[in-house]
Amino acid sequence: MAFSMTPVWRWFHRWTSPPNFYRIARPWALGLMLVGGVALLVAWIWGLVFAPEDYLQGNSYRIIFVHVPSASASLAMYLSMAILAVISLVWKIKLADMVLRQCIPVGLTLTALALISGAIWGRPTWGVYWIWDARLTSMLVQLFLFIGMWAIHTAIEQQKLADKATAILVLVGFVNLPIIKWSVDWWNTMHQPATIRITGETTMVWEMLAPLLLSMAATYCVVAALVLYRTRWEILYRERKTRWVQDELGLRGQA
Amino acid sequence: MGYFDSFSDFIRMGNHGVFVWSVYGITVFTILGHWLGLRLQKRRLVTEMQRLKKRGQL
Repeated sequence: MAFSMTPVWRWFHRWTSPPNFYRIARPWALGLMLVGGVALLVAWIWGLVFAPEDYLQGNSYRIIFVHVPSASASLAMYLSMAILAVISLVWKIKLADMVLRQCIPVGLTLTALALISGAIWGRPTWGVYWIWDARLTSMLVQLFLFIGMWAIHTAIEQQKLADKATAILVLVGFVNLPIIKWSVDWWNTMHQPATIRITGETTMVWEMLAPLLLSMAATYCVVAALVLYRTRWEILYRERKTRWVQDELGLRGQA
Repeated sequence: MGYFDSFSDFIRMGNHGVFVWSVYGITVFTILGHWLGLRLQKRRLVTEMQRLKKRGQL
């Protein structure tokens, strides 16, 4: 008997159906927001109150507990969006388009937050808010990519076309992601290279590293929760003409 | 108080207070912004659909 993928596909389609995802996303969103929120609060108090001062930068380095998590999450967000774009273009899964659409404002916020916190950190550390260094410039390109996605999705009236154009833009802009990631190694940048390395030595004392890792994990949780909340909203909006959404919004009981 | 000698030291952050606190302020503001914006959007959708329903266009 031939091995068939049909049951897997059937399960996958049922799982990614908007009403089902709307239902199962709620406890995940709540849980991730709760865990992420508490962990972020602990990480911030740890980083702001208990971590020691940096011997070179003084207390300004405490910006790291916002800067690195938001920058790292923005890159992870872009990577996830590229995967969603492929799923949307190849398999035409409706849910992928909905999640992708709502990743845009979150990714935009994270990129802007990384740039703004970096600029504010740059003033006391480098003496300037901004320089046209490879890392900063490629990150600015990412900000424009997010703005572009938003603009394209808003400008195109027809839903399917808007989703397709956005997915293509995500994939075209994907070339910028490795440039951001390795800009500090490829060019002589003002921006310092990565401190935390998965392979190789991490050059940071434990008292600073621990709250940084916690703030990163917490940020990932909060970001995931925000995307889930926003996707739930996107599902409601796109399916607003259906019976189940009108039931959900309490509109059908009324005369 | 933790690493600092006093609360005012903590706020001043060795003359870096204005930089550190503005970053944390902006971050809290953006998280709250996302939450409030989403609530507002949802409420707007519900009122708009109630309006359509009353007109019998839904």
